[in-house]
Amino acid sequence: MLRYILQRFLYMIPMMVLISIICFAVIKLQPGDFGSQYFNNPRVSPEMVQQLRERLGLNDPAYIQYLKWAKGIVTRGDFGYSFAYKRPVSDLIWERMGWTVVVATLTIVFSWLVAIPIGIYSATHKYSIMDYLLTFLGFIGLSIPNFFLALVLMYAVLKAGGTSVGGLFSQNFIETPWSWAKFVDMLNHLWIPVISIGLSGTAGLLRQMRGNLLDVLGAQYVVTARAKGLKESIVIYKHAVRNAINPLISIFGMQLPEVISGTIISAIVLNLPTIGPFFYDALITQDQYLVMTFLMLSAFMMLIGNLLADIMLAWADPRIRYQ
Amino acid sequence: MSETFTNPPVANQPLPKIPGKMPGKTPGRNQNEALLEGEGEVALSQAQKIRLRFMRHKLGVVGGAIIVFLYVVVTLAPFLSPYGFEVQHPEYSLAPPTGIHFSNGKRFSLRPYTYSITKARDPITLELTYQVDREKSYPIYFFVRGEKYDIIGGWKGNLHLFGADRNSGGAVFLFGTDRFGRDLFTRTLIGGRVSMTVGVFGILLSFIIGILVGGVSGYYGGWMDNLIQRVIELLRSFPRLPLWLALSMVLPPQWSSVAVYFGVVTILSLIDWTGLARVIRGQFLSLREKEFVQAARAIGASDASIILRHMLPNTMSYLIVSATLSFPGMIIGESSISFLGLGIKEPMTSWGLLLKDAQSLEALNLHPWLMIPGIFIIVAVLAFNFVGDAMRDAFDPYSKM
Repeated sequence: MLRYILQRFLYMIPMMVLISIICFAVIKLQPGDFGSQYFNNPRVSPEMVQQLRERLGLNDPAYIQYLKWAKGIVTRGDFGYSFAYKRPVSDLIWERMGWTVVVATLTIVFSWLVAIPIGIYSATHKYSIMDYLLTFLGFIGLSIPNFFLALVLMYAVLKAGGTSVGGLFSQNFIETPWSWAKFVDMLNHLWIPVISIGLSGTAGLLRQMRGNLLDVLGAQYVVTARAKGLKESIVIYKHAVRNAINPLISIFGMQLPEVISGTIISAIVLNLPTIGPFFYDALITQDQYLVMTFLMLSAFMMLIGNLLADIMLAWADPRIRYQ
Repeated sequence: MSETFTNPPVANQPLPKIPGKMPGKTPGRNQNEALLEGEGEVALSQAQKIRLRFMRHKLGVVGGAIIVFLYVVVTLAPFLSPYGFEVQHPEYSLAPPTGIHFSNGKRFSLRPYTYSITKARDPITLELTYQVDREKSYPIYFFVRGEKYDIIGGWKGNLHLFGADRNSGGAVFLFGTDRFGRDLFTRTLIGGRVSMTVGVFGILLSFIIGILVGGVSGYYGGWMDNLIQRVIELLRSFPRLPLWLALSMVLPPQWSSVAVYFGVVTILSLIDWTGLARVIRGQFLSLREKEFVQAARAIGASDASIILRHMLPNTMSYLIVSATLSFPGMIIGESSISFLGLGIKEPMTSWGLLLKDAQSLEALNLHPWLMIPGIFIIVAVLAFNFVGDAMRDAFDPYSKM
């Protein structure tokens, strides 16, 4: 197993190199560069833009820029410099990672806490009215784009007379140190992002859980468990549910990277201090190393998530063994 | 799902005349049920079984009807909408939906009408508001002459299904207007053309790439298969949304709306085809060992003909299901990109681009009707999800329910 994990890690190195080359190519294919935004600015002369480009190394051929950047990472662990913030990219990203992980983690916890019980209920009450209703709601959850859900929730709160929309804190709490009141205020703000970001994932999870459990409930060992007179609750929770959840573990591994990168838009709508809006700004101003590093980080998290999912599957299910 | 599914191609199966077979006059579930189990007098072909299983999926049927309806509506959009989609009414900027009335409490009119609305500024907050004047009403007429249009297929005209009498100064804005005073109802219908067709072209493109690459990978195997699989793995380890956004920045600003539209389509299928290629590869790997493929090879059929005439038709069911299931992702993808202003550009519009106007707290508070296009996204995606689900059940040879 250890050998397998090591192999996968080694395999990631060429993958990351290729991913970085593709990302850099995509960025270089974009028309213009960081200097372009100043061309329409009457206070900046074209000569100054040229000087800026020279200083930022934007006049070098693309492959030289890439190699310089790659060299920085390999030799110094330096992911480059943000043109807009004039600070190292890795510092900037780390600063925003905190809230990003908090929001993402809460979202994931929310989706599992909601989806699993509902999935179990739906499967054990197959074809009942509640099952149909929940399945239908699940479909709706899958079909709402998360940024639109964010808009709708904000609208609902505004109409109900609430003010806790947008951002994570109210105006008067932003600068204050942590206190109970601030924490409550944060919870007041957090539920909108958590629901709007988490709903489609929840719906997907719910459908999977219901389907898996239905499959398992038809299995012979469940019939056996019932036949030997076990209590229904034991049959379901000890025999069936455990086996039905197993395949979902692979979803779990991929959820963090997906939530982080898939929610850029709702984070913009909701004005969250997470990495999403930050990436979007960098993209628009063509702050190339910031964009590169974010893309690389998301891809890396996807690879790790994949590996994690495989490891957890093997750990949870003794029948799965990797060479 | 890994079992091969070797039914004859779905299309062109003549229906035997079984009483009560047609969906409209189905006598009851029991007979269909019996037919599916093969207990009927006439054995059903695969196509008929699939159709019966699909029809049994109520939500799928409803979804299918909604999709057909939406496509008809967006095709006829210029005719169904009261205005041209670029026509601006500066005097009615950000006007709320006018509503359609039959009665003002005192008198009743069979002909629907709208009330006159006039702009006013709130003296304290300086907010723009519209006052409804219940005394002054404008009738809505059917088949009025208006802006010229050209429906795909060359139907030119200036007839609009309904509208206010333009000379009297009346206006009908079912969904309100945007900040330029453009009718949101009209723009939603026209925007639907983009949103509903992005998926069609996108899936067409991913089909072509997916079938070619997946087919080669599965049919030839060996180092080519290995290489293609690594490439697919690489593409799939990209985070989808950030890559889409980065790619849409590549589209040059001077491109025309149409070019940008196809640019967006290409971006969406750039990752999407990998899923399809995997399905086809898996199918081909098992199909190429089957007797009928060996037989075709033995009589000297060329690779192209084996792939296209013998193997591909056998994967059709999987292709159709996976295409339907790709639609929702494409629609949401397009609206996400356009919502951020990186996709479809003016004067073209799409549901996502229309929603962009609803992004601020101010808009939500004062002009909530700007969110209406979002409802269309949900309905369309929901309908495709229903149909996709029904298709999956219908094409699964082992599904019984």
